[in-house]
Amino acid sequence: MQITLEEIRSKLPYTKPFLFVDGLTRVDENGVEGFYTFNKNAEFYKGHFKDNPITPGVLLTECMAQIGVVCLGIFLLGNATDQTKIALSNQHIDFLKAVMPGEKVQVVSEKVYFRFGKLKCKVRMLNEANETVALGEISGMIV
Amino acid sequence: MTSEAIFKQLIPIISTYLPEDVSKDTIQLDSDLTAELNINSAHLVDVVLDVEDAFEIEFANADMEKLRTVNDAISIIQTKLTN
Repeated sequence: MQITLEEIRSKLPYTKPFLFVDGLTRVDENGVEGFYTFNKNAEFYKGHFKDNPITPGVLLTECMAQIGVVCLGIFLLGNATDQTKIALSNQHIDFLKAVMPGEKVQVVSEKVYFRFGKLKCKVRMLNEANETVALGEISGMIV
Repeated sequence: MTSEAIFKQLIPIISTYLPEDVSKDTIQLDSDLTAELNINSAHLVDVVLDVEDAFEIEFANADMEKLRTVNDAISIIQTKLTN
């Protein structure tokens, strides 16, 4: 029996304030798509940057990893395990545009390979104008 | 294929994934890939995928479990090539 989008979300090992997945729109063996809106009142905007709030690149990366690698990993493992632990193993991301407080982003991930517990994906983040804000490769290991 | 020939072909593959502070001269037959050469488990998968391409073979999960040293890699490759 195939795992549902809502089941994947409920199996994520994150919670507020470090959950960067609002929902998933598509998942299959080859990839996943999901979305997240950065809360404009989030604490980190007070410091990144002083009087000039912009979403930190590390959090864009985290959002891309949570949707693009961890959600896909949970789907690929199916019901094999209740406790899915996926550790970030390497990533290379290019950032093209800033993401402002309150912006909704979409993450589109394509599996490159999933072998011997390593899931490598090409991941892209788009803004509401459908412009690419970040893209790159992220790998995770099932531990 | 002789084990020397396999070893020669393995060196550049392994070197690609060595951490910056590990010299490729440290790659010996009895080197433990993770404990001594400091290749992390994610890059060990990359090494195996490159080995599969280079020797046109396929590793199974059981092979992965046996893989600790450079010598292990050579004997797995040799077994696959002769079968």
